[in-house]
Amino acid sequence: MKPARWLADYGMILVLVLLCALFSVLTYTEQSPTGEAAARQVVDAVLKAVPAGARVLVVASDQPEDSGFAARVERDLKASGAEVLASVTGEPRNAREALQRLQADGGALQAVAATRVAGGWRVFAGLASEFPSLGSPRMITPASHRWPNFLKSGNLLNIANQIAVIAIVAVGMTLVIITGGIDLSVGSLIALSAVLAAGFIRDRAGGVGASTGGMVLGCLWAILACGAIGAFSGLMITRFAIPPFIVTLAMMLVGSGLAYLLAQGQSIYQIPDAFVWLGRGADLLGLPNAVVLMLVLYALAHVLMSRMKLGRYLYAVGGNAEAARLSGVPVRRVLLFAYVASGLLAGVGGVVMASQLKSGSPTYGNMYELYVIAAVVVGGTSLSGGEGRMLGTLTGAFTIAVIQNGMNLTNVESYTQKVVLGSVILAAVLLDRLRQGRGIR
Amino acid sequence: MSPTAPLVSLTGIVKSFPGVRALRGVDLRLEAGEVLAVLGENGAGKSTLMKILGGAQTADAGTLAIEGRPQRFQSPQEARAAGVAVIHQEFNLVPALSAVENIFLGQEKTPGVFLSRQRERDQVAALFQRMGVEVDLDVPCRRLSTAQQQLVEIAKALIHRARILVMDEPTAALTSHEVERLLALMRELRAQGLGILYISHRLDEVFAIADRVTVLRDGGHVCDRPIDAITRDQVIEAMVGRPLDQEFPSRRVARGGPRLEVRGLRRGTAVRDVSFQVHRGEILALAGLVGAGRTETVRLVFGADPRDAGEIRLDGRVLDLRSPRDAIEAGIGLLTEDRKLQGLVLDHPVRENFGLPNLRQWCRRGFVQRRRERSELDRHIAALRIRLSDPEARVGNLSGGNQQKVVLAKWLARDCEVLIFDEPTRGIDVGAKREIHQLMNDLVAAGKSIVMISSELPEVLGMADRILVMHEGRITGEITEVAQATQEQILRLAHA
Repeated sequence: MKPARWLADYGMILVLVLLCALFSVLTYTEQSPTGEAAARQVVDAVLKAVPAGARVLVVASDQPEDSGFAARVERDLKASGAEVLASVTGEPRNAREALQRLQADGGALQAVAATRVAGGWRVFAGLASEFPSLGSPRMITPASHRWPNFLKSGNLLNIANQIAVIAIVAVGMTLVIITGGIDLSVGSLIALSAVLAAGFIRDRAGGVGASTGGMVLGCLWAILACGAIGAFSGLMITRFAIPPFIVTLAMMLVGSGLAYLLAQGQSIYQIPDAFVWLGRGADLLGLPNAVVLMLVLYALAHVLMSRMKLGRYLYAVGGNAEAARLSGVPVRRVLLFAYVASGLLAGVGGVVMASQLKSGSPTYGNMYELYVIAAVVVGGTSLSGGEGRMLGTLTGAFTIAVIQNGMNLTNVESYTQKVVLGSVILAAVLLDRLRQGRGIR
Repeated sequence: MSPTAPLVSLTGIVKSFPGVRALRGVDLRLEAGEVLAVLGENGAGKSTLMKILGGAQTADAGTLAIEGRPQRFQSPQEARAAGVAVIHQEFNLVPALSAVENIFLGQEKTPGVFLSRQRERDQVAALFQRMGVEVDLDVPCRRLSTAQQQLVEIAKALIHRARILVMDEPTAALTSHEVERLLALMRELRAQGLGILYISHRLDEVFAIADRVTVLRDGGHVCDRPIDAITRDQVIEAMVGRPLDQEFPSRRVARGGPRLEVRGLRRGTAVRDVSFQVHRGEILALAGLVGAGRTETVRLVFGADPRDAGEIRLDGRVLDLRSPRDAIEAGIGLLTEDRKLQGLVLDHPVRENFGLPNLRQWCRRGFVQRRRERSELDRHIAALRIRLSDPEARVGNLSGGNQQKVVLAKWLARDCEVLIFDEPTRGIDVGAKREIHQLMNDLVAAGKSIVMISSELPEVLGMADRILVMHEGRITGEITEVAQATQEQILRLAHA
């Protein structure tokens, strides 16, 4: 593929990268490792500074982020042949007591392994003068470095996990928009799916004691029900030629109403803990399972759209339905497929959301259809149909997520966030237009 | 304003489009109180001339004067302000608005802030009374009949004090009774001193109403005479004009047995009981005027529209055609008359357009075999000499001739047994035209059957083995001895 065309198709990636760069700069701050990460670093440092058989005092402050530090350091040092004379977790007073005890016992102390906070206690500053018999122990604390909060792996995974639902639903929306249609019902279907899945598990699979099989069955049921609603929309659109906007607007209301009815306006939370596996678990290389699912769906959809006959038909129907029909494309079936797929994927999105939040509520997915459409459009898919790329949509979804996350990290309050997000969506589409040279008329 | 200046005078009007010279120095004169008929074959330049007069397009060269004052309309609004009203075949009415609302659209009477509905209504009612017609003033225009909608258009022109009325095929969609009424109205308007420029294919009406006839051919002006100084045959001759020695490639193919048989085909009023056969190795031409039902007929054969009745057989087997997909499956291909709206997905690459009807062959387990698609495309690009820089280029960027070749290529790759060509050479240049004609010859030589619709009579006579002429949804004549046939003969059948 020529570079120019690649840029035209995936120019939004550039925008996304620039946004990431911007937020990286804005959140560039001092980072000091805490907890187990700090422990690992400190153990390495101790072993390097004092080879073989070091006598060490371990000190940790009692702040929550450092919990686990002392135990880990003690364990790792012992495993490496060092001698841990004492391990203190608490306040400066506790450290002083420990030092006094060590002095009373006699013998030299070669190193103090402390957390960052504990290392700064005044008791250690006067160590040589107050406790001369301990020798001159080395103070070893975790080194600090500068790194953007935005680029911490935890944050990046968080972004991906946050956007997974919208991105999954946007796969279906992209199919629909490429055919020249729109599906406004997806937000409601997310809620309906979450309620159906949670309701099934509570009422038919044994509630909190539900088996894995029961949970899987509940999710499948929810997803298929949403697919059926998509099929209904598709039939209305293809058989009765009702505009997609109207049909799916109606189904948006119907879906949301059904979700409230089925849940009786309540959250359904009588679900086993294991249900959060999909939404909160991370089994593969530390990637959250929902993100893995999202990536798999995008890969499949990308192959569908770029390699398969059905994908070609979807583009052709959106580009010129009459020409497609006269070329032998089964236009109605193709359209039906798009709406069914959109319904199914909204169902999947609802299940993921229920799993992330460990409950099903009819309030889920409120306004999501708009974020989903925004992701598709920011990704370069034309609302008039016939063009668009799956990977563009993924980029669009991440663009939205990155902006939201970046603003959270830089303490922009939520009202302002909305204004900025709206402006960015408009700017992204405007940019796309101008780049294609059809902007100004 | 000099007293001798004609109402409208056009001199030396030239207009070119990329690749086409639509008008090459046309003169035209219209006097007040006169009906001037402008005649010509399709593509002779009538509509371009009208668009220039109506302000929709501007001429490249030449002058346009209204009552002796030179004008250069940049928009339809300017033409309207100068007193020119164009009544198109497709009306410019807002379907949801009433006659009164449509007539005053954009020029509402507002004495203060509010519309003066009563005054508007009175004015329109008075006008319709003067015109001697009855039109419901209050229902939405979409509920009016075609004839009534046309009257609303005319009323709109009159209320804005148009002095020049340009009417494009005004009788095409009217019943004979309505035509009579319209002609009477035109006479009345003429008596009031309006100049009417009247475009029509219907010679009967032309001779009934026109004072003078101007004939255009190939973008040039070939004759201008008072109606009583010219005969019907002379008009047809002037329209056709071209010597028939012809630029069509010759062929020698023995006709084989019947392949496609159509019996009793019907759809509404567009196609009424059409039956015909096409043989192996034969080009059958469907001739007739625009709207005679030719395109509608082939769309039924292709399954593009549902038929009310009729049987379609291919090689003796009855086909149950419910969609174009079925027809394609059976081995029938259709090159539509409008390649931009029906033949191609203009925004998509050449390769994807080419592949569209063929993907089922080039597909394994749902995956497109792209290498195969690409090699087939390359083969057809070479064979048809399609000029393009990149098969991934947007097909809409190609010239008309190359676009048509892409459409052709997609059906050739399908290896259809019966190919239907609806206006295969419309709007394409002479070189590509000849290549397409040669290709049609090659196809019948290979034993394929072709049904060709063409409004260009030389093409019909030059290419067809047999000609069927249609008029108002029926086949009104068959010409088997094409070598001896004349354009006049076809036109007479076409005017029934």
